Amino acid sequence: MKKGLNTLLFLIIGFGFVACNSSSQKGRQAEESSSAISTASAPTNPLDDKGVGPIQSVQLGAIQPELVKKGEAIFNEKCTACHRLDSRYIGPALKGVTKRQAPEWIMNMILNPDVMIQQDPIAKQLVSESNGAVMANLHLSEEDARALLEYLRAVDDSSSSQ
Amino acid sequence: MKPISFSAQRRQSIPIAFGIIAVTGLLLASCHANDSSGGAIQAQEAAQRVYVAPGKYDEFYAFLSGGYNGQVSVYGLPSGRLFKIIPVFSQNPENGYGYSEETKPLLMTSFGFIPWDDAHHPELSQTNGIPDGKWLFINANNTPRVARIDLKTFETVETLEIPNSAGNHSSPFVTENTEYVVAGTRFSVPIPQKDVPIDSYAQNFKGVLSFIKVAPDGNMDLSFQVMMPGFDYDLAHAGKGKSKDWVFFTCYNTEQAHTLLEVNASQRDKDFVAAINWKKAEEYLKQGKYHVMPGTYYDNRFDTSTQTAHSIVHQEVKVLIPSECPGLVYLIPAPKSPHGVDVDPSGNYIVANGKLNADLSVFSFDRIQQAIQQKQFDGEVNGIPVLKFDAVLAGIVKSGGLGPLHTEFDDKGNAYTTFFISSEVVKWKLGTWQVEDRQPTFYSPGHLMIPGGDSRKPWGKYLVALNKITKDRYLPTGPELSQSAQLFDISGDKMKLLLDFPTVGEPHYAQAIPASILMPRSEKIYQLANNHHPYLTRTEKEAKVVRSGKRIDVYMTEIRSHFVPDNIEGIHLGDTVYFHVTNLEQDWDAAHGFAVEGNQHNAELLLMPGQTKTLKWVPNRVGVFPFYCTDFCSALHQEMQGYVRVSAQTEQVALSWSTGKE
Repeated sequence: MKKGLNTLLFLIIGFGFVACNSSSQKGRQAEESSSAISTASAPTNPLDDKGVGPIQSVQLGAIQPELVKKGEAIFNEKCTACHRLDSRYIGPALKGVTKRQAPEWIMNMILNPDVMIQQDPIAKQLVSESNGAVMANLHLSEEDARALLEYLRAVDDSSSSQ
Repeated sequence: MKPISFSAQRRQSIPIAFGIIAVTGLLLASCHANDSSGGAIQAQEAAQRVYVAPGKYDEFYAFLSGGYNGQVSVYGLPSGRLFKIIPVFSQNPENGYGYSEETKPLLMTSFGFIPWDDAHHPELSQTNGIPDGKWLFINANNTPRVARIDLKTFETVETLEIPNSAGNHSSPFVTENTEYVVAGTRFSVPIPQKDVPIDSYAQNFKGVLSFIKVAPDGNMDLSFQVMMPGFDYDLAHAGKGKSKDWVFFTCYNTEQAHTLLEVNASQRDKDFVAAINWKKAEEYLKQGKYHVMPGTYYDNRFDTSTQTAHSIVHQEVKVLIPSECPGLVYLIPAPKSPHGVDVDPSGNYIVANGKLNADLSVFSFDRIQQAIQQKQFDGEVNGIPVLKFDAVLAGIVKSGGLGPLHTEFDDKGNAYTTFFISSEVVKWKLGTWQVEDRQPTFYSPGHLMIPGGDSRKPWGKYLVALNKITKDRYLPTGPELSQSAQLFDISGDKMKLLLDFPTVGEPHYAQAIPASILMPRSEKIYQLANNHHPYLTRTEKEAKVVRSGKRIDVYMTEIRSHFVPDNIEGIHLGDTVYFHVTNLEQDWDAAHGFAVEGNQHNAELLLMPGQTKTLKWVPNRVGVFPFYCTDFCSALHQEMQGYVRVSAQTEQVALSWSTGKE
């Protein structure tokens, strides 16, 4: 059919209502997020924003080729419905994302998008720039999210070395 | 709790005769004689008991049959809130069941495609006599079938046709470990079917009771049928505990009338409960004492891996003849056209509700066994011994009501029976046979349901009366009214009316189970990784349009909020288009729909995350037709649309497809 679509996981939703994953927390989550919205403020340096979610800290070393390969496969299967590397599609272009955002933020955006787009100031801004298209939660594992991060690092590494 | 004045006036001014039971000389008591405040507690207290705060969950799932709508409705108790309608024996315009190519086979029968049937009795699967939450079975009454619903997905996954049967009413009750699901015929018919005069009923008509084996994975197989005299087999329940090897069926029309049954099937003082020993049947089957009879029937199974149903067509069935199989069947005389037959949690007491009677006959399993051993017979019918009534009777409940239909049990040794004509539920004590309480219902209950109330473990907190007549209970909606269910608190000595709630279709029987058993099993999405649909489109890259002669297969994806492809050209008049749509979402409640203009043969699709479904479309005019997502999926839902171009056969338009500029 068409050329390969490339890029990340995003989808839509909207209306300030979050599709939540945990059956028992729908109401509670809404309350939490509304209070968080009123208090959150953007860090002065975007790289200081680790986002909201399960990832507190990521140790980065030399780029691991095996992990990059895995991440690229996941990217092509799961993310390209909404993301390209070089251009905005449904969501932002992802080339350069590892320079713009902290690794923790990237993984939290993948793993916890419902809460991120409610509470994280940068994520909220990105939804706004994407016409209200929200990042879809594809329920990837932390391992998958880590592999995606590695792939995006590799993309940015090769583009900056060119 | 006083009714509004409008209803109060109607109550006095409209005499009502309920037509179900018309017996000469039996005066029908107007149910409206009851005061509607009877049994109700203070409104505030009742409201508190049924109030489920926003975001909180109900304590029980209740499954109410939809009766003539062929579906099952899922409610929460005690709130009476409707959660879902599960289509079973009818096409469902809500989710495309019976319209999508994948689900059409579930409605196939030897008669062809049946779009709408009548579903009566939901029955939960049991382990050790306790509802286990695996499956829900339900019968199709009109064109005889039994269906199995998977309670992980709340979807119908199998429908099995019952040959030689006609009016599958005494069904689908399960044995203690769901070894079998039974399916007894309501109407006797010529077997095999043939062209005979109707008035040759006595010579030519028979009734079959079918036993369906349930495999550990749930798949059903028609194991055997028992060829019974030409009566009407009305309801059934399996034994439990000491009586677990037996299934009890009520029968009426032992008069063998074939016209005006209202009168002609109400002549005899006693009809029968047929007791069938299925363990004995297994022995006879092993010995080869069965007849192989012709009988075409469909077994339609939904494969969760391919998300597609397929039909298996069978041509014959094993039949046991009671006169050749001693000990297989006994008949127990039961007064006046018994309707429900219900077995208490201990398995010892079998209650037969003679619907033209005021009293309930309770039989003892121990006494039945004793009478069989001592051959205390009162003649035979077609070689089937008839047990002596007095020899097997445990007690009679002098109810004071009229028109007993069904009995359920609590966990404290009490039984609860509905009375249609006197419009009430009567609570009575097992063993003493004394009436403990009675409360009116509004109006005329058929079945009643206590969670686990036909099992070894009733959760005896609530009782739902499933009323047949609604009249003035709700705001009027023209001549056609919803049915009325009523929730009673039965935790105390006296039943307390808590809530009225309207139902969908006409609920006959119902079942309920604690939410704590079902909730953890409930699936949130269909895993794309486990989707092996032959027309799956796993990624947008795999989307395509394929022409094979006049057939077009569109491999399409949906994700918030676009289709791939969303522009399709090169379709020509005369083509048949199959849209195979995959919802790529993997998040809970991220559903999408699909509809295309001018679909005269079909409907729409509704796709849960990870599902693939197929919609057939035969365009009949030239033009450019939109398609769109019908389920509000996101802030950009209105943008989720596309076009398909249809050209005349003479036009040279190449097949092409795309989304976006790429």
